Amino acid sequence: MSDFTTEEMTLNMGPQHPSTHGVLRFIIRADGEVMREAIPDVGYLHRSIEKIAEKVGYHGFMPYTDRVDYVCAMFTNQGWGMACEKLAGIQVPRRGEYCRVIAAEFNRLASHLLAVGAMGMDIGAATPFTYAIREREMINDLLEELCGARLTFNYMRIGGVAWDLPPGYREKALAYLDHLEPILDEYDALLSYNKIYIKRLANIGIITAQEAIDYNLVGPNLRASGVKWDIRKDIPYSVYNEFDFNVPVGRGEWGTLGDSMDRYMIRMREMRESCKILRQALAKIPDGSVLAKVPRNFKPPAGECQIRLESGRGDMGWYVVSDGSAYPWRVHVRTGSFAAMGIINKLSRGLMIADLVTLIASLDVIAPEIDR
Amino acid sequence: MNPVQVYERTKERFPAAVLEVVEKAIDPFAVIDPAAIVDVCRFLRDDLETAMDCLSNQSGVDYKDRIEVVYHLFSYRYRHSAVLKVKLPRDNPAVATVETVWNSANWMEREIFDLLGVTFEGHSDMRRILMPEDWPGYPLRKDFVEPLEYHGISTVRDSAIIRLDAKKK
Repeated sequence: MSDFTTEEMTLNMGPQHPSTHGVLRFIIRADGEVMREAIPDVGYLHRSIEKIAEKVGYHGFMPYTDRVDYVCAMFTNQGWGMACEKLAGIQVPRRGEYCRVIAAEFNRLASHLLAVGAMGMDIGAATPFTYAIREREMINDLLEELCGARLTFNYMRIGGVAWDLPPGYREKALAYLDHLEPILDEYDALLSYNKIYIKRLANIGIITAQEAIDYNLVGPNLRASGVKWDIRKDIPYSVYNEFDFNVPVGRGEWGTLGDSMDRYMIRMREMRESCKILRQALAKIPDGSVLAKVPRNFKPPAGECQIRLESGRGDMGWYVVSDGSAYPWRVHVRTGSFAAMGIINKLSRGLMIADLVTLIASLDVIAPEIDR
Repeated sequence: MNPVQVYERTKERFPAAVLEVVEKAIDPFAVIDPAAIVDVCRFLRDDLETAMDCLSNQSGVDYKDRIEVVYHLFSYRYRHSAVLKVKLPRDNPAVATVETVWNSANWMEREIFDLLGVTFEGHSDMRRILMPEDWPGYPLRKDFVEPLEYHGISTVRDSAIIRLDAKKK
């Protein structure tokens, strides 16, 4: 091969590139159309959220957590809540936990809809994106009814959630699920089983199970490599152990196990599982209060803890150190996108430039979550 | 295995390297000698009983008198976890990289270097990751003072409310 190499070319992609899902930059060293490597350059969206936490106190930090990952803000809310509850030993009322599950699963649907829609758009299929956004818009309406916001929710509190479900919410939510489930089949027909689409995705960016674990990939990206691991199932938090749902894993149906198509299909399948969880949660939700009694001047005892939860982008870890005062000493968020970006350099070697877009989209990285 | 059993097993293998085991904590942790951290990590990864195949989190904390680097280890095979810590001096903190043990450490160590100023010796790519290359200081240090401007761009926002607050004081 070395006989045929041409002069090496250095290309810049981003930070304002439509397929980078936020503000990301890549420095690509290419030989013709084949990449030698793509070096990710991140930090354009760094807002020092971890430093802000040290200044605003425990309750005050909740709205900031939305900005860690604005596509999955319910999970960042929940992660912060769970970490504080673990530090102070607070028990969330059961209705509060159910409200959290309902809000979080709707958010997961919204996040995955955006992920699969953008996946299509990134490789040139523009129409499915508009359909996915249409369905996501209705989820935004539902979540707006719950908490007044469409993107940065600030819905959860330390010890539960801020507001109970509004009257008639169950009927509306169920009506939406009845609407969504057949639509998912429509997406499959429109996009997933499209021959051109499969050709663009299959066998691109293959990640083996061992690599995925070594690079600390989480969530759908990990499961696509064949590792059956879901925090909701394996280290159950909240009330997830009360629901019956499956954990889809990659099968390598159209190419090799752990390729981009697997990562896409995992998200399609997870949406159906989320619908299942939502139906059960809406049917089983108990009565009672939604918020535990938590002092306004919240001072957890000195100590530290780590919690993990399954966000739309997978296992999200919150490491919180308290010194017993009203302000956290240190907060660290370990996010799925950060780890996923770390593997791109390795995967990009030998890939075509056009496939880099596929790779980024299939890993579903969200720039604010990388940079925080 | 629960975390304490993991630390005891480490202690059997490296009696001098495990400086302290704190059991009475929400997540029990072990303090490791910085000089031995790579050996301990490699042992915990390769040992068949612990099999910590994943470094699930790595972060740093500034305690004003010292800087700690915290390693959250996890085993997908046995589904158990462990927390290791190394204590470093605040002046020129440095510790060997565990990038050679888990690849995921590459980016996490760059982040710690960027925000807390811990140098990881032997790291393949020790550059800033989130902040600009020429940013002064390490933002997550407790004594960090934000510069008033960066390349002529003011970092202070002029606001009527802030001016009023300043007047009251």
